[in-house]
Amino acid sequence: MSPPVLMDALGPRGRRRAAAASVVTVAAVAGLVALALIRFADHGQLDAERWRAVLRWPALRQLLEGLVITLEAAAVSMALATVVGVVMAAGRLAPARPVRWAAGVYVELFRAIPILVLIIAAFLVLPTYGLELSPFWSLVLALTAYNGAVLGEIFRAGVLSLERGQIEAARAVGLTGRQTAVAVVVPQAARRMAPAIVSQLVTLLKDTSLGTAIGMQELLSRGRQLGSGTGSLLQALILVAAMYVVVNLTLSQLARRLEVRQRRRYGAGRIAITGGPEDLVLVDAEAESRLR
Amino acid sequence: MSVVLDNLDVYLRGLLVTVELTLLSYAIAFAIGAVVAAFRVSPVPPLRALGTVYVGLVRNTPLAVLFILFFFGFPKLGLTYSPFLSALVVLSVYTGAFMTETIRAGINTVAGGQADAARAVGLTSVQTMGLVVLPQALRSVVPPLGNLFIALAKNTSIASLISVAELVHRSDQLVTDTAQPLAVLAGVAVAYLILTLPSGLLFGALERRVAVRR
Repeated sequence: MSPPVLMDALGPRGRRRAAAASVVTVAAVAGLVALALIRFADHGQLDAERWRAVLRWPALRQLLEGLVITLEAAAVSMALATVVGVVMAAGRLAPARPVRWAAGVYVELFRAIPILVLIIAAFLVLPTYGLELSPFWSLVLALTAYNGAVLGEIFRAGVLSLERGQIEAARAVGLTGRQTAVAVVVPQAARRMAPAIVSQLVTLLKDTSLGTAIGMQELLSRGRQLGSGTGSLLQALILVAAMYVVVNLTLSQLARRLEVRQRRRYGAGRIAITGGPEDLVLVDAEAESRLR
Repeated sequence: MSVVLDNLDVYLRGLLVTVELTLLSYAIAFAIGAVVAAFRVSPVPPLRALGTVYVGLVRNTPLAVLFILFFFGFPKLGLTYSPFLSALVVLSVYTGAFMTETIRAGINTVAGGQADAARAVGLTSVQTMGLVVLPQALRSVVPPLGNLFIALAKNTSIASLISVAELVHRSDQLVTDTAQPLAVLAGVAVAYLILTLPSGLLFGALERRVAVRR
């Protein structure tokens, strides 16, 4: 929460107004919270027994197992999507036109289709061709296909964000193409891409909750089952939401820290690629013009 | 592919709901985003804190969790709404958080002298924000606003979890009826492309029209 940089320090009247607005805001928020609590209480949703039903050990363990499955699915998908992303970025930067075209079609196509449609397709279509995947692997496959496309664009933007002189200088001192990539391009690009990659990981982790649509036993599904089993659906879902928030906030903080360090050290703009609404950071103008 | 052609009316009705949901929630999210972004740069600390908490909570919760919580959890508090209205609320609140961040990024691109000048000619904080800063801020974030629109159009598919009769929900029924998941889902993918490709072009045109040349 940074102080406003938009305008000069307030004068005496401005300060009085800001103080009055502060009091009104705090009162309004307190009023809303009180109303919400009264509603919870009126419907018996604050009863200790309802909360204990989801916080008791076997119940909590059911949720934590779901969380582990969620994290596993996210980790496996991220690892596989990184491989796909590298291939796609290399493809889109390749000298051969058909290769660039094929990679471009893959990236544009998979970014345009809703991830839920991909998940349902992996679960329903592949069995008609004799390939029966479990809900877990159907989800992983869909997340890999989609995030491979998004990561591919992030990697491409990372490489393009380097000044041309870097590659030219590397070639001039006699490095081969591969040496240039390994010693010059990747280390610099990776630092610039790190924040965007972590944000995409948050998106991916959130998307694993769509596994509930195909009966995968991840955190959200476990929450729904626990809720209907104990009659504490609201409490179970609030707990599930809290778990997602804690995990994702931790990752988001990491992304922000990487970005701040990045800016301070290199003064470089950040890279952003559109996949989900999560990828809404602005590309710096120069990098963007090179992307077009 | 005859499955798609035979059921074209089903696709069209689904697409119509998807489009309605997208346009309505985009409009509401835009309003939320403009107001909360103004909160986040306001000289009133509790308003800034409120904006930060809203964005932090909503952005880090999966959309599917919000849908299930609102539609299946909130009735326990006596709050029951139709699937469409629930989807509208959830999508607006969710997208509003991203809208806030986008517009705030735009506000940061407005030159500091603009706000100072507005203050100097005697505009109040609210006037400065509404008449001087926001209009300029929005022009610089047209591309991310377009991305947000496309992401929202795709996110409406998650409303199928609470049985809103949009594209994906209707296609579930079609898959059951026809047992041809590939053709049915390919049709769904094409329907989304029909929606997202022109919007991408539209925002591109808008960007060229309002771009700030400095």
